Amino acid sequence: MELADIAIKFGLIIIIFAISLVVAMYSTYAERKIAAFFQDRVGPNRAGPWGILQPMADGAKMFMKEEIIPTNATPFLFIVGPSLAILTACIGSAVIPWGQNLVIGDKVIPLQVTDINVGILYIFGVVSLGVYGVMIGGWASNNKYSLLGAIRAASQNISYEISMGLSIIALLMVTGTLSLGEIAQQQHGWHWNVLYQPVGFLLFMICAFAETNRTPFDLPECETELVGGYHTEYSSMKLGFYLFAEYINMFISSAVMATLYWGGYNYPGMDWVTAHVGPVIGPLIGTGVFFAKIFAFIFFFMWVRWTIPRFRYDQLMDLGWKILIPLAIANIVITGIVITFLN
Amino acid sequence: MESLSNKKKQLTVKPLNFWERAYLPAIVSGLGITMKHFFKKPVTIQYPEQKREFSENYRGMHSLKRDENGAERCTACGLCALSCPAEAITMQAAERQKGEENLYREEKYAAVYEINMLRCIFCGLCEEACPKEAIYLDGDIVPSDYLRKDFIYGKDKLVEAPLNQ
Repeated sequence: MELADIAIKFGLIIIIFAISLVVAMYSTYAERKIAAFFQDRVGPNRAGPWGILQPMADGAKMFMKEEIIPTNATPFLFIVGPSLAILTACIGSAVIPWGQNLVIGDKVIPLQVTDINVGILYIFGVVSLGVYGVMIGGWASNNKYSLLGAIRAASQNISYEISMGLSIIALLMVTGTLSLGEIAQQQHGWHWNVLYQPVGFLLFMICAFAETNRTPFDLPECETELVGGYHTEYSSMKLGFYLFAEYINMFISSAVMATLYWGGYNYPGMDWVTAHVGPVIGPLIGTGVFFAKIFAFIFFFMWVRWTIPRFRYDQLMDLGWKILIPLAIANIVITGIVITFLN
Repeated sequence: MESLSNKKKQLTVKPLNFWERAYLPAIVSGLGITMKHFFKKPVTIQYPEQKREFSENYRGMHSLKRDENGAERCTACGLCALSCPAEAITMQAAERQKGEENLYREEKYAAVYEINMLRCIFCGLCEEACPKEAIYLDGDIVPSDYLRKDFIYGKDKLVEAPLNQ
């Protein structure tokens, strides 16, 4: 690999990292604004025009706050918890294809940090690591509510990972590859996977809600029962990291959903547009479309949050084990039968 | 037993049908309801810049009135303090000196007149009790402040502005 390639990759990583942080930051603002609109209010509007400086003010507040580590907490693990949460949230973006290859002169720049052939498995691995941040933080706090929240998070994530994995298997039977780059390419034109796997998409989306601890599956931080859940004892930027990790997770899972099921950077009439505007602007328009899809999913996450209340814990487990898993297995079987008959 | 009012109703719990148990149609209709609210105009009144319209008999901050010559009406009789259910009003009386006739209407006046706005319940009994028509709750909303002591309003904040200004 030449030095220039390494520099390009490094720049790409920095850009993606910055974008995911900024998106997560403004997701907090968007969440409050959208919540306000759903409730006939105006939302934050004092910091800057329309309140757009609110995330900076929140960030500054988080850094200024007193840092409290409880006497009975395990100091090392108490700090490791939020660090791990934000780390696992950030590394998920490495395998997502953000756009088609840019062609500048005779140089081809792929808009994907790395196209490993086990992309989906990598995402799964990162997602299941995410629960360790919550688990360690909740346990190290030495507080019963934190521990209960952490245990809830762990059992919920494990339960929903099963049906998530099963819903992906049906998708893999259709696409025949694990690489996210190839999956995105295959959906060129109108071959979006959601048209072939609507039930699989529904299952995947429900599980994504559960994996990111969003309403109606936000039982790990259920404030009516558990004070604050796993981050009850956290203050200052360590709390900020937990909240931030949730928003980055939401961004990454929206990106994964858009890539796997909604065509990634593909949009109708793409070839025509690329032929007319050239090989640099064309792929960038595709990237813009991809981000539009991501933002639509983030909006949907928030829309659902401000519409439905959270489940009771037994309802959550019932849904995961008794409904989603059988449905996912049925989806695999039916997909298999259809593929066999079509060939 | 037979119900006397004839309004007794026997309720039964109906088991949910398939679509109700499937839960998703209910979620979709719920999403529709919230989306309707998304495009509604917010009901917020952005307080310091905008103010809601008050009714005619709204009771706001107190003001101590002057008569048609610009002299203070209050004679420090103490009936307002006596009528106050929250004991928010206190005052010290003083005798009017020669040459102060244009300042004070009666021979006795309130040298110190204090209302604790944190105690006041804005019931309006003081204005009902006042025999001299000296106190009215016709002002604005009492503004917020940082210290408790700043909520004890003296004559500097309560007395009406002089006539010639």
